[in-house]
This record gives sequence, structure tokens and C-alpha cells, in this order.
Amino acid sequence: MPILETDNLAVRFGGLAAVSDFTISLDDGELVGLIGPNGAGKTTVFNVLTGVYQPSAGSVTFAGEQLCSAGRGLQPYQITLRGVARTFQNIRLFKELSVLDNVKVAYHQNVKYSLPPAFLHTGQYIREETEIEQKARDFLRIFNLEGKMAERAKNLPYGEQRRLEVARALATNPRLLLLDEPAAGMNPQETKQLMDLILFIRDRFKLTILLIEHDMSLVMGVCERIYVLDYGKIIAHGTPAEIRRDPKVVEAYLGEAM
Amino acid sequence: MQQLINGISLGSVYALIALGYTMVYGIIRLINFAHGEVFMVGAFAGFFAITEFGLSFWPALAAAMVFCALLGMLMERLAYKPLRNAHRVAALMTAVGLSMLLMNGAIAIDWIGASPKGFPQVIEIKKFRLMENVVVSTDQILTLAVALFLMMLLQFIVHRTMMGKAMRAVSQDKDAARLMGINVDKTISFTFALGSALAAAAGVLFALNYGVVMFNMGMMPGLKAFVSAVLGGIGIIPGAMVGGMLLGVTETAVSAAGYSMLRDAIAFVFLILILLVRPAGLFGKNVREKV
Amino acid sequence: MAKRLCLLLLKAAAILVPAYLLQMLIDSRSINPYYAHVMIVMSIFVILSVSLNLVVGITGQFSLGHAGFMAIGAYAAAILTKNPGLVLPDFITGYPLFILATLAGGILAAAAGLLVGLPTLRLRGDYLAIATLGFGEIVRILLLNWPFVGGASGYFGIQRFTSFFWAFLFAAVTVLLIRNFINSSHGRACISIREDEIAAETMGIPTTRYKVIAFVIGAFFAGIAGSLMAHLNRMLIPASFSFMLSVEVLLMVVLGGLGSISGSIGASVFLTFASEALRQFRELRVIVYALLLIAIMLFRPKGLLGNQELSLSLLKKASLTAVARFRRRQKDAASTTPAD
Repeated sequence: MPILETDNLAVRFGGLAAVSDFTISLDDGELVGLIGPNGAGKTTVFNVLTGVYQPSAGSVTFAGEQLCSAGRGLQPYQITLRGVARTFQNIRLFKELSVLDNVKVAYHQNVKYSLPPAFLHTGQYIREETEIEQKARDFLRIFNLEGKMAERAKNLPYGEQRRLEVARALATNPRLLLLDEPAAGMNPQETKQLMDLILFIRDRFKLTILLIEHDMSLVMGVCERIYVLDYGKIIAHGTPAEIRRDPKVVEAYLGEAM
Repeated sequence: MQQLINGISLGSVYALIALGYTMVYGIIRLINFAHGEVFMVGAFAGFFAITEFGLSFWPALAAAMVFCALLGMLMERLAYKPLRNAHRVAALMTAVGLSMLLMNGAIAIDWIGASPKGFPQVIEIKKFRLMENVVVSTDQILTLAVALFLMMLLQFIVHRTMMGKAMRAVSQDKDAARLMGINVDKTISFTFALGSALAAAAGVLFALNYGVVMFNMGMMPGLKAFVSAVLGGIGIIPGAMVGGMLLGVTETAVSAAGYSMLRDAIAFVFLILILLVRPAGLFGKNVREKV
Repeated sequence: MAKRLCLLLLKAAAILVPAYLLQMLIDSRSINPYYAHVMIVMSIFVILSVSLNLVVGITGQFSLGHAGFMAIGAYAAAILTKNPGLVLPDFITGYPLFILATLAGGILAAAAGLLVGLPTLRLRGDYLAIATLGFGEIVRILLLNWPFVGGASGYFGIQRFTSFFWAFLFAAVTVLLIRNFINSSHGRACISIREDEIAAETMGIPTTRYKVIAFVIGAFFAGIAGSLMAHLNRMLIPASFSFMLSVEVLLMVVLGGLGSISGSIGASVFLTFASEALRQFRELRVIVYALLLIAIMLFRPKGLLGNQELSLSLLKKASLTAVARFRRRQKDAASTTPAD
């Protein structure tokens, strides 16, 4: 059974159709790429999948539950709680918070204590906070960030900020992870590390990944299937080898390095 | 009917102030809290132009508008420009600080002071009887005429001139506008000048209608004008006009119905209602922040 | 468990003992009554600025209505203590009545906060500023027109309950509770909203709910501060809860640093003291405040102290870096001199 399905999704801003007839289906555990020229509507798709925008038409079904349909849908935080996490094209960390606290925010959904224990720091508060602290530390260790736990997020080097953003998204315990241009601004060396990281988290956390990327070496290197978007429409779909040969894709990318 | 006329006259003053709010918000997404104080300064500038320099109504109105246009540009340059890329709360606080500074600075200046001053009757007040119980006076006609003229002028500037095109471009996307060779700083500065001049005109007209000027006269009309702008859809110029009229008419209707003490509360009830029902305003489209 | 109890008792003693000792000094006139009054006002402003900091500094929502919530708390509590038996049973008198009335004032202010916050906090940013400003003005206008509380001429004959002891106690408890809140997962949720609302939402934080929670907590403590003020001055006039008061509290928050509780406390003490010293220059004072507010925003937009907490560990860190820098400089000097 597919974990994520979109059915003829469309998003219009005023008269402009940013995305139309967008139908995709992702199986559990797949690693799928979404590529296309700038302005093709890739990030708009992510914004609909995570509830930031409402679709003008069509619907999104995740794990058998409808997340949104024309003009209405769940709030972004509700979608996160159902198991969809994402990163952003332009990194959106909590800059003034420590690396550890960035991850702790993601654990908020598991917190059971209510407001009075928060005010009074009761036993329940202490138990749960110790647990969160431990979990967050262990989690950062997986991503080789344990040495930077007390650092403010804004003081991390760029590559580590990206890594922290991925870690933070994973800490919400998703079944589907959406990565929006994770390799943007990285050098080939860092991109190589990122590819290893993506494959590693897919296997370790047993999740489905949909990623937007311009770096073709990364997309072709890790994705099992690829959807190509141009002017808001899917123009091609298939394995990396098929996509590479597809004349429509070559045309859409004409002039851009492929 | 009589109330409708009074309401429209008051509403056109709100609309003029609201235009400044809405333009500034449209272009740099800032609620310029000091805008009500610009209105007050405009009224005083008109007052001094008449009493000290002996000008008649029209030159005084023009002088007040020019003075406030300069004041608006100065405020933008000194206080808001350095904060253009800072956190929004910082810019809002600066606006609050400027508002306090202008209001209390006015008290500290000897010839303004804390007590109200009578605004001279510079135009001859005639009353025209339209119907049985309906009277319209020259100052009301003048207010409406000047307001309408300025609004049409504004529409012309925004839609028919190069500067207006630049303003619309900057409000859409500052960076793209800059890449297209538009001088963004100059455009923002011009927007402040335009908005402030309109507020000054509103100030002089308001003073003419009510016959007094006072240091804190900008506060309430300023707030209400902002509500008018929200009502019509902030950032939308015709919206500000309609919002202002709507608020003016409702207010006069409420005080005519005998609840004059609640008059000042109406605006905020409007605000809460519109935020509940249609947060983008009557003419607005709901747009979410770009991610 | 026993250890925690000990710690709790120790904390209670750390608040109660100095409060009690200072109160004794005041009662015996070793501290003159004027200074005692200023100290009480300082405590009240600590409550106001720390609670506003939760809204503005921690959660990043710009509220201008603190004076309005304070007014609601003040009038509600004063009505209750002036009319025993009106709402509460009339066998409750004296300090129990005062405390109950103060809490009731806080709860009513919190309810008003919920009413204003729910429609406005759903939206992004700026509307809250204007809505709270308008709300504060409505409260003032309604009080002016309410004969039961004396309208514009004021509400008189309120009993004096607020001693330094009580003001200090309420302030200390407020600071502790809000600090605890900030250091909880719920507090982190609020901070994440300030840092990046969209990212917070994709982390599963119901942002609107947390903005409302922070706003309502802020309103509650403003109401408490209002009651303390009412039972200190023994009279209330609507004009004293003007927009200016909100701005004054805001200035304390900004001066002390957005998000810094210790900063707010320091700034409240300093500004209360300063405005007492500048009492005869009222207009000038406001102008200085306005200039100060603008200058801080232009040159240090995060507030004078930023969001750092003043604490022992910070002092330690600062002194360590200073020592390290000094050592390095010495080493540099030692290594460069021979080369010269």
C-alpha cells in the first residue's frame, strides 16, 4: 500500500497555476526525487504536503488518511504529528537556541506533563525532562553533533546546520521525510557525505524520503525513482536511467547542466 | 440622513489617514504608529501657517502638507531605514517610540503645550438646508471635496506615473525591484512623503471641522484610521477609503443613537470582528508568508 | 524526594526571610516610608515587566495592552475587597480576602487576555499590537464611564493591604513561576515560535495555542500587579492605566533584554528608581524614555543585555574568557617582543 498519494493536486495563486494535475504515489520505504527547473513548483508541492498551503483542487492521502483536499486541510503541526517531517530550502533553525534545544523542541509532541507541572517543576516534569534530555543527546550522537550540543545553532558551520536541520526533522519521528534542496550551497565533498547520510537515515529509521534537489549527481546517485516537474506539471517519471534518456526532460533542462 | 453627511465628512478624514498607513504597510510591512502624530503635526503646521504667518486656508493646507512630507521622509531615513532588515518587533517598537516622542515633544514646545488651542475659522461657514432636517455646512463640503480630490490624485500617482509603478513594484518584491533598476530607498522615502502629506491634509481638515488643535489629537484618529485600513484590507488603497467611510458613518450613527460614550470603542469592536471573520479585510486576499 | 523538599524549603526561606526582615526594618522606620513605597513599586514593576517579557521577549508577540490587563485586575480586586460579601462570602476578610481578590483580579485579566488573544493571535504578527493597544483604550474608556467605580474622578476608599512583604512575595513567586515555565518543554515551544514560527509549526508545535497561552499568562500576572497597585495607593483612576504605562513596561523589557528575565528585573528596579528621581520633570522623562526606546532598537535590537540570563555560570564564563584573553595577550606579547 502506498504511504503517500496525491490525486490531481492543483495550486493556483490568483490566476497563476503554480501546480496542476499533480498525481504521485510513494511506497513505504522508497527514496524518490522530485526535480525540475527553477520555478517549476517543487517547493509549492512540499508546502501543500505539509499544510502550509491549501490546494485549490485535488487531495493528499497519507497512510490511509486524507491530509487535505480543495480549500481545506489539516494545520501544519497536525500533519507533523501524523508523521510527515520536512527541511527547508533556506535553513530554518531556531538560531538563538542551542543545538540540543533545537532537537528538544521536536520532542515536544511526546511531552505528557501539562502546564502546572511546568510552572512548579514537579516530579513528573523532572522525570520527563531527564528522559527528553537523554533522548536528544543520544540522537545528536547519531549525527556526530554531540560535541556541539551547547553551541547556539547559528554558530554552526553551514554543513552542520543542514545536518542539524535533518536531525531535528527526524526527531519528530516521521514516516515520511521531505528534504527541500538538502545539498544547496554544499561543495562536492559535503554533497558526498550528505548522500551517505540520506541512505543511512533511510535504512536506520525505516522511512520514506521525497527530496527536491538540483544537484544531479545526488539525485541520480540515491533516488530509486524520479518525478520531473515543469511549469507545475509532471512531465516525466521513472528510474534515474529512464529519466536521463527522456527527451522531454532534456528539453526542459536545455541549457542547464544535466 | 444628517448623520450620514456628518459620518461621511468624518470618514473622509479617517480615509485620508488610513491611506498613509496602508501605503507604508504595503511597501515595508510596518505599522507606522507615529502616523497619527504626523496628523497632529499637520494640524499644528496649518494652525501656525494661519495664525503666525497670516496665510489663508489653501496656502496653509499646502504648507502643512509639504512640512509633513519632509517630516515623514526624515522619520523614515533616521528611524526606520536602519531597521529595514531587523526583526519586525524592533521596527514596531521604534514606531511606538517615535509616536511618544512626537506627542510629548509637542507638549514640551512652548507654543503648543498641553492645553487645546482654538483653530481659526479661515473659511466662511455657510449652512445649506438640503431637506427638512438635513443641513450641510461648507466645511463639510470642503472636507469631502479635498479628500476626494487627494484620493483621486493618489490613484493617479500610483497607477499612472513612473513613481507609482516603482511603488507597486517595491511592495511586490523589494529585491526584484532593485534588480530591475528601481531605486528602492527613494521609492520608500517617496511613499512616506506621500502618506504624511495626506495625513497633514487630514489634520488641517479635522481641525477646521472641530475648531481645536491639541497635542494628543492624533492618537484616537490615528488608531481608528488604522482600523479603517485593516477593515478595507491593509495594503489596498481603495480599501482604505471604503474602510474609513464605513467607520466614520458607523461612529456618527452610534453617537446619534445616544451611545456617544461608546463611540471610541466601536472601532475596536470592528477590528476584532473583522479579524475573526475576514482577517484579510473586505477587499483583501489571504496570502500566507512565503516559505 | 527528601532532597527536593529540602531544596523547596530552602527556596521558600530565601524569599521569605529577606522579605520579612526588610518589612521589619520598614515597620520600625529604619527604612523611611518613602523608600519603602519606592521598593513596593519596584516589586510591582518586576511582576509587570517579567510577565510582559514572556509575551514579547520569549514568544515574540508584540503586545501594547499590559496597562489594560493591569486595570482589569486592579478594579476587579478593589471591588472585591471594598465590598466583602458581594461575590465572596463575607466572613472572608483581611489578608485572605486580599489574596483571593488579587487572584480573582488575575483570573479576570487572563479571561480578557483570552478574549483578545484568540482572534488576533491566529494571524501573523502585527495585528496584535494594534488590537492590544485598542483593547487598552477600550478598558480605559469603559472605566471612565462606569459610575459604580467612580468614573473619571476615581475609585476611592480601597483598603491598604500591599506591604513590602506581600509585594516582594508576589514578585518573587511570579519570577520563579515564569522562569520555571520558560525552562519547560512548553516554554521551549514558545521560544521556538519567536525564533521561527513556520519551523516551529513543522516541528509539531501548535503555534496559535502557545501564543495564546503565553499571552494569557502574561495578562494574569498583569492583573495581579494591578491588584497590588490598587491596594497600595488606596485609590484608582482610569487615567493612570494609559497607553504610557504599557510603553513604560515595554521599555523595561527592552532595556533589560528581550527574553532575559534577570534583565527585566534589573531594568524595572533601575527605571522605577530613575523615574522617581526625575519626578519633577514629567514631560522630559517621557521624551527621554521615547529616545531611549528608539536608540536601543537602532543600536541593540535585542535589548541592552540581549537574551542572556545574568547568572553565576555566565559570570564564570565571562571571567574565564577574560582570563584566557589576558593570558593570550601576555603570550602574544612574550612571543612578539623577542622577534622585534
